[in-house]
Amino acid sequence: MVQGMDSAADVAARLGTTGYLADEELATVVFLASRMQRPLLLEGEPGTGKTALAEALAQSIDVPLVRLQCYEGIDASQALYDWDFPRQILHLRALEAAGQVDSDEAEKSLYDERFLLARPVLAALRQAPAVLLVDEVDRADDEFEAFLLEVLSTWQVTIPEFGTVTAPEPPLVVLTSNRTRELHDALKRRCLYHWIDHPGLEREVEIVRSRAPEVSEALARQVVGLVQELRTRDDLLKPPGVAETLDWARALTYLGSAELDLASAAATLGALMKYREDADRVKAALDRMLAR
Amino acid sequence: MTPDRGADEVLLGFTRALRAAGVAVTQDRAHGFLAAVAAVGADDRQATYWAGRATLCGSPDDLARYDQVFAAWFDPHDGLPRARPREASRPATAHLLPDAEGAGGAGADDEDVVRAAASAAEVLQHRDVASLDAAERRRLAGMFARLALRPPVRRTSRHQRWHRGEVDAPRTLRRSLRHLGEPADIAWRRRGTRPRRVVLLLDVSGSMSAYADALLRLAHRLTQSARAGGGTVDTFTIGTRLTHVTRALRSRDADRAIVAAGEVVPDWSGGTRLGETLRVFLDRWGQRGMARGAVVVVFSDGWERGDAELLGEQMARLQRIAHRVVWVNPHRGKAGYEPLQGGVVAALPHCDDFLAGHSLATFADLTEVISRA
Repeated sequence: MVQGMDSAADVAARLGTTGYLADEELATVVFLASRMQRPLLLEGEPGTGKTALAEALAQSIDVPLVRLQCYEGIDASQALYDWDFPRQILHLRALEAAGQVDSDEAEKSLYDERFLLARPVLAALRQAPAVLLVDEVDRADDEFEAFLLEVLSTWQVTIPEFGTVTAPEPPLVVLTSNRTRELHDALKRRCLYHWIDHPGLEREVEIVRSRAPEVSEALARQVVGLVQELRTRDDLLKPPGVAETLDWARALTYLGSAELDLASAAATLGALMKYREDADRVKAALDRMLAR
Repeated sequence: MTPDRGADEVLLGFTRALRAAGVAVTQDRAHGFLAAVAAVGADDRQATYWAGRATLCGSPDDLARYDQVFAAWFDPHDGLPRARPREASRPATAHLLPDAEGAGGAGADDEDVVRAAASAAEVLQHRDVASLDAAERRRLAGMFARLALRPPVRRTSRHQRWHRGEVDAPRTLRRSLRHLGEPADIAWRRRGTRPRRVVLLLDVSGSMSAYADALLRLAHRLTQSARAGGGTVDTFTIGTRLTHVTRALRSRDADRAIVAAGEVVPDWSGGTRLGETLRVFLDRWGQRGMARGAVVVVFSDGWERGDAELLGEQMARLQRIAHRVVWVNPHRGKAGYEPLQGGVVAALPHCDDFLAGHSLATFADLTEVISRA
């Protein structure tokens, strides 16, 4: 158990000091994840702060964050460890040139610490206590999920010729998924599940004030109000998330607008809408929304 | 007067109620729930609620059901958990074995019967499904088992060992390690293949009601044979609503699967709002990943009550996301058919294939087209 997390309120307070505003449910789930030593599976729309949570968590309890970005085709050697073959071959050549021909000694020196490339999962085990972020696990495939499940259950890695590496304290694992694919039941059962939704009006204003303090209160309120209204529309291909709200607010501040007006909003719309059709629809609706 | 119940009993009873409501709660999840409640304290109702959400749910659909069952179970006015009546399972009717399959009989009489029955089966294959009577439908149902789908494949980013192709650098280096760094024989690899997803969208509105049973059987058969080949087939029905019937079609017995699907779909023989339901499909499932790189087959006659322009837009969107879009129209095989309805005209430019789908033979052609996609 990572020390310092005594209760859900404690978790929320610690996350608050780093600027990440977590609601009570998220704080409870994080507390349970650390107490029960189970991984935390975060699902939600893109841009709702899943990766940001892992970063804030690592910062709040002052442990290193180890990040494993999943992609299609990732396998155990990319996630766990690999041997640095070219260096090993050079080492052998060097021994040969120096005239040391004791084959047993040479072989033993080959599988040394310095030739081991510790990829994220092994690095997290060795740097325990740590926070291991497995980002976008839905992009990987079934075989990788099976490998991940095995590692998450036993927290022990056996490297042939090297030995067994165990963590004195298992890292806190956060898995994020954008739900482009249904994860395997076995992996889901192992984890604690949490769905992150878009925040409400007041909460989002607090987030903007906390993350982007250079944005004025009035501008923040206007921006958040507009974004909340856009999210209720059902004809947008990609409703904007909290990340887009922050980008837009910052963009408007850099342009020097203290308040939202049509010209600056239309100019900075690229920070908010990522599809051309969405941008067109929003431009058409902007003047109606701003007139209120 | 409430009887004295242990806290664990109440919590486990809640997990059972949740399972009855349709959330997949297994033993280890239930144990996890108990451990989590012990960690946060069982007296805190809100914390128990969150602990349950974290340990018992696995997707956003589960969350909605969880909320309902939690409210009903832990109602503060009534401490007793309510018993839910178990639904009696409906018996599935077993379908008759087709009597014409060649039985290798002895004697000229039997041979004649077999030959005549075989040609009758062939004729049945090419007849329009809507024009069959009940006995012929039953025979046709037995013949669906002959359809087999080889799932379409695509290349993956994973490599596999092979004796030709591109150089496998890590393995080659590793082999040279054995020879103290001298270059040894080269190891090769190639990109692997995996099955592509297939998505079926069945129109079950009034104009397609004659074909509904045959289409469901086809979908069931495609699901089963694709599973045998390692692929996945997802099935939805479209009409006035979009319904996900993949789970219902998973059972191996065709009749049971059809009955299960019939229970799930609420809008049989209703109106047709293709454009809207297609948009719902793309927003909820397709855009996220189910239709990406998949072979999508739409079974419909294109009678669109809603906005044909919307249908055209959504089909354009689908074509951009999916690997191949196939439109199957039961009327296409008929002589003198021309695509004149607004719905079909709007959708056709965005389809890669436009096929007929009225008889078993055309269904067999369809499976060929899907396999080769």
